[in-house]
Amino acid sequence: MTVAMGRADTPLPADVDVAVIGGGIMGLGLAYHLALLSGGKGKQPLSVAVIERSYLVSGASGRNGGGVRMQWGDAGNVRLMMDSIELCKDLAQQLGINLWFRQGGYLFLARTEAGERRLERNVQLHGEVGAPTRLLTAAEAQAIVPQLDVAEVRLATFNPEDGVVFPWAFVWGYAAKAVERGVVLRTHTSVVRVEPLAQGFALHLHTGEVVRARRVVNATGAWSGALNHQLGIDLPNRPHRHEILSSEPLKPFLDPLVVDLSSGLYFSQSTRGELVTGISLPDAPDGSDESLTLHSSLRFLTHLSATLTRLMPITAAMKVLRQWVGPYDVSPDGDAIVGPSPGHPDFIQVCGFTGHGFMMAPAVGRLLARWLALGEAHPMLARWSPGRFAAGGVARREDMIIG
Amino acid sequence: MTARTFVCRCEDVTLTEIERAIAAGLSDVEEIKRYTGLGTGPCQGKECLSALGRLLVARNLIAPAALRPFTARPPVEPVTFGALAAGATDHPEDPSP
Repeated sequence: MTVAMGRADTPLPADVDVAVIGGGIMGLGLAYHLALLSGGKGKQPLSVAVIERSYLVSGASGRNGGGVRMQWGDAGNVRLMMDSIELCKDLAQQLGINLWFRQGGYLFLARTEAGERRLERNVQLHGEVGAPTRLLTAAEAQAIVPQLDVAEVRLATFNPEDGVVFPWAFVWGYAAKAVERGVVLRTHTSVVRVEPLAQGFALHLHTGEVVRARRVVNATGAWSGALNHQLGIDLPNRPHRHEILSSEPLKPFLDPLVVDLSSGLYFSQSTRGELVTGISLPDAPDGSDESLTLHSSLRFLTHLSATLTRLMPITAAMKVLRQWVGPYDVSPDGDAIVGPSPGHPDFIQVCGFTGHGFMMAPAVGRLLARWLALGEAHPMLARWSPGRFAAGGVARREDMIIG
Repeated sequence: MTARTFVCRCEDVTLTEIERAIAAGLSDVEEIKRYTGLGTGPCQGKECLSALGRLLVARNLIAPAALRPFTARPPVEPVTFGALAAGATDHPEDPSP
């Protein structure tokens, strides 16, 4: 069955229980899980509408590297990603679409003493939480990726459960199944005004239509500030530009996604055969890009190429096909911003994932749907509370933010 | 034409797959690119984009004057990492923690 996933004329109901603004993986994953959960035995189904300003896969969900890993520096994030990867294992069957999910592991390389300490600490933590990460010598890392020049590598870690996906298919899969289960999906439609009502909100669309929603979810990521400001909600997440590129497709030669901690370089081979790679740009301004213009730079290409060819000399002969930019929605403490907004508890944030929302989305969609539909708590929801910033200083717990 | 008519030869996207995208309500070259992978291979759409545009116009899904190519992604032609590395001005040999 083919369902409509890109229509600007899909009829919208005048009233819905939940309106999700933003048709990225967060909004669509949430809508899919809400549709799965609601309307069980003897329960009234929740009506859900997703409203996307542009087309599906137009934002960060269509621009990321598709890495999915358990190797985080904080127990909460490790557990969350263990859930996400577990969900990925049979998600292709559930969504009826090839997600190109491939568990080739993540190989982290440390070239400094500080990096070495981070990896040792991670392995200790992962062991306590139950993630199968192990420490490797430089020679053992080279046995996994023989093309690496490991002369400077002091220590490495490898987790065979980590992997990569092809992001586009993922988003279409959630969208199609959500629509099949009754979610109304409207694309090419902007929300121009959010009007608080006694109960819920009225969403005024650029078409002149108005949708009233008992609860509204702001799933617009790097674009979320403008909607929040309309309601006087002041949150500290800000858009940052990040560049990425892909190479010509080659036959499979690289199993894991490799991360060099010192440079922030990461690269993997997608199931399509391309090398997909990005890097932290040194000396860049803080990366803030409120304009969200998403322009590519030559400096990114040359800096990445110099770092990559040094770590893996064989890549010197590989060709770059395309580069592009995607926004990270950066939260100051590195933790996402999810839950009731300060002053507007029925306006729910699912933002601030700081460049790692795609990999977390399978777990987040499920836990957020369980909270919205069933009132079920989750430890990460307490931690991600949008209200935490009002209380003042927030400690940064996570140092494994890459790219 | 048969169901195995290839519109994008780099990424093996067939006319049937484009038809499926249109049936799913997609009518914009950017969204059809992301649904099918059309135009993301070595030629970067230089061969298939006009064929897709023509199809959308023929189906009255877009007016000819409104038709735009999808965003051009550098480089114009494939370039090796080696050639690009030679243009680097940063110093990747200084690792930071």
